Amino acid sequence: MSVLEKTRPDRKPAAAREPRVTDEHGRRIRVWELALRYVLLLVVLALTVGPFLWQLSTSLKGPTEDIYSSPPSFLPGHPTLHNYERVANTIPVWDYAFNSLKVATANVVTNCVGSALAGYALARLRYRGRRVATLVFILAMLVPVESIIIAQFTTMRELDLNNTLIGVVLPACIASMNVLLMRNAFLNLPYEIEEAAFVDGANAWQRFLRIAVPSVKGTLAVVAIFAFMGAWDDFLWPLIVLSDPDKFTLTIGLNYLHGTFANDERLVAAGTVIAVAPLIALFACLQRYFFRGVGEGAVKG
Amino acid sequence: MASSTVPTGSRARRGSRAPEDRPVRRVRRQLPSSPWLFAAPGLLITGVFVLYPFVSTVINSFTDRRTLIPGKFVGLANFRELLDDDMFWIGLRNSTLYVLGVVPALVILPLLLALLVQKNIPGITFFRSAFYTPVVASIVVVGLIWVWLLDERGLINSLLEIIGVGRVGFLSDQWLLLVSAMAVTVWKGLGYYMIIYLAALANVPRELHEAAAVDGAGAIRRFVTVTVPAVRSTMVLVGALSSVAAFKVFSEVYLMAGPSGGPAGEDTTLVMLVQRTGTGLTGRVGYASAISVVVFVVTVVLMLLVLRADRKDES
Repeated sequence: MSVLEKTRPDRKPAAAREPRVTDEHGRRIRVWELALRYVLLLVVLALTVGPFLWQLSTSLKGPTEDIYSSPPSFLPGHPTLHNYERVANTIPVWDYAFNSLKVATANVVTNCVGSALAGYALARLRYRGRRVATLVFILAMLVPVESIIIAQFTTMRELDLNNTLIGVVLPACIASMNVLLMRNAFLNLPYEIEEAAFVDGANAWQRFLRIAVPSVKGTLAVVAIFAFMGAWDDFLWPLIVLSDPDKFTLTIGLNYLHGTFANDERLVAAGTVIAVAPLIALFACLQRYFFRGVGEGAVKG
Repeated sequence: MASSTVPTGSRARRGSRAPEDRPVRRVRRQLPSSPWLFAAPGLLITGVFVLYPFVSTVINSFTDRRTLIPGKFVGLANFRELLDDDMFWIGLRNSTLYVLGVVPALVILPLLLALLVQKNIPGITFFRSAFYTPVVASIVVVGLIWVWLLDERGLINSLLEIIGVGRVGFLSDQWLLLVSAMAVTVWKGLGYYMIIYLAALANVPRELHEAAAVDGAGAIRRFVTVTVPAVRSTMVLVGALSSVAAFKVFSEVYLMAGPSGGPAGEDTTLVMLVQRTGTGLTGRVGYASAISVVVFVVTVVLMLLVLRADRKDES
């Protein structure tokens, strides 16, 4: 993401040196235009982040507080964690969170290892059938998951893996998109370094592990983050493959909570906060890679 | 998969023998098996869980297979049944409406948002990140947040009551529900496409803007004559991505209308119909596969249509 990375370094010194604000071309921005921009930014901020805060606020309101009041009270009068206790007593929410964590972690490991290996084979190794292999991944990327999901379900039944967490992970555990992302990352490395290592007697595995992989850590981080987010947020596939409430992931557990206790808004709100908080924390720490992933993914997708 | 037949022991053997091997000999002896070993896990997973299901979806669509019954070849019976199935037409209508409603909003609004956050004014990185938050959240979380916001007694209705509009049944009326679900889709997608547009805007040469400004073009004029043509290919990309995603809509409507798509199923989308028909122990796999084939064909056609529109624009 060139926008975010290129412009970041020179912004701070400029602001420190001179009080007036300039745009990316060094031109001054007029005061009224600046004010208008901030007003619009705050409106959009209220629209995008407001709903999350309202949910948080609802989850912190105690049983005696009116959540339907008009005019609405935006802040809880007496904030309490009571609703979070109730969620844990209603559904095994921490087990569900642990299931989600297991699925997401497995998805990260398999995607990173599998797509780095396959990407390297497509980009760097010479063999008959390489173009066919590349074509296989491109075609697979173009097939919408929704249109094959029933057959994925019957395949999972044939393998006797339906209603297991392994069954949840398997279909997307080495996504074609990630393989192609890694392939492009390896293709962008200068070939000379690996050639030198080759001449020095390094075999394919040594070149892969010692030279190629350390050079594509950034792309690997993008793959890891999107694999984690994809697995943690996924809904349709776990909904189809899991039927036993013991094995639910958080999203399926939330759907169950909503279906059974729809009128208990505080309870559902507490559940959604539990589900979204870890990802928002992850995003806050690793924003750069989230933005980079959008850029790289969109170009390929 | 031919690659899976490579003995796994060859990896360890090669690794231990590497140091004393001469490079020239290694080229001959090692490379033939090793590349397939690298690609094997990826090819295996893709083959078993994407390509095989794709082929079996097509084959199943010509059978009366059920979850527990293998089924037999029935020719075009499933597709003939589709033509008479009201629920299929409702699903096709809703999914198509979804594309028409969501795509224009997702092509234009994120571009405007990108222009808003493009200039590096103080605090702008915070705003960029904040606008991206809905993308990070699970669609289930987002759906449930909006179910509560749009509730008969929820926040939006109490605000509407205060300004004198009165309460609106966003989630009880068939059409309002569909529109509300579209709004949620747009709300969740804004930040994602905003980032795509930001990258495109960074590549617009500033000389173009300056030249237009010197010629006396105002901000709106410059947007239409400089910005839009410069990011046109990105707009096409966003149009293609968002139309394919919109046609496959499932979660938003499932969460807001319920698993059966509203009281009479009037808000069912095609993918909801696939899920409802084909899963469970009594699932009609053959019939659901026929609907899946329709979903696949329409997404491919949408993709081609958008890309062709791009080529026509350029000529």
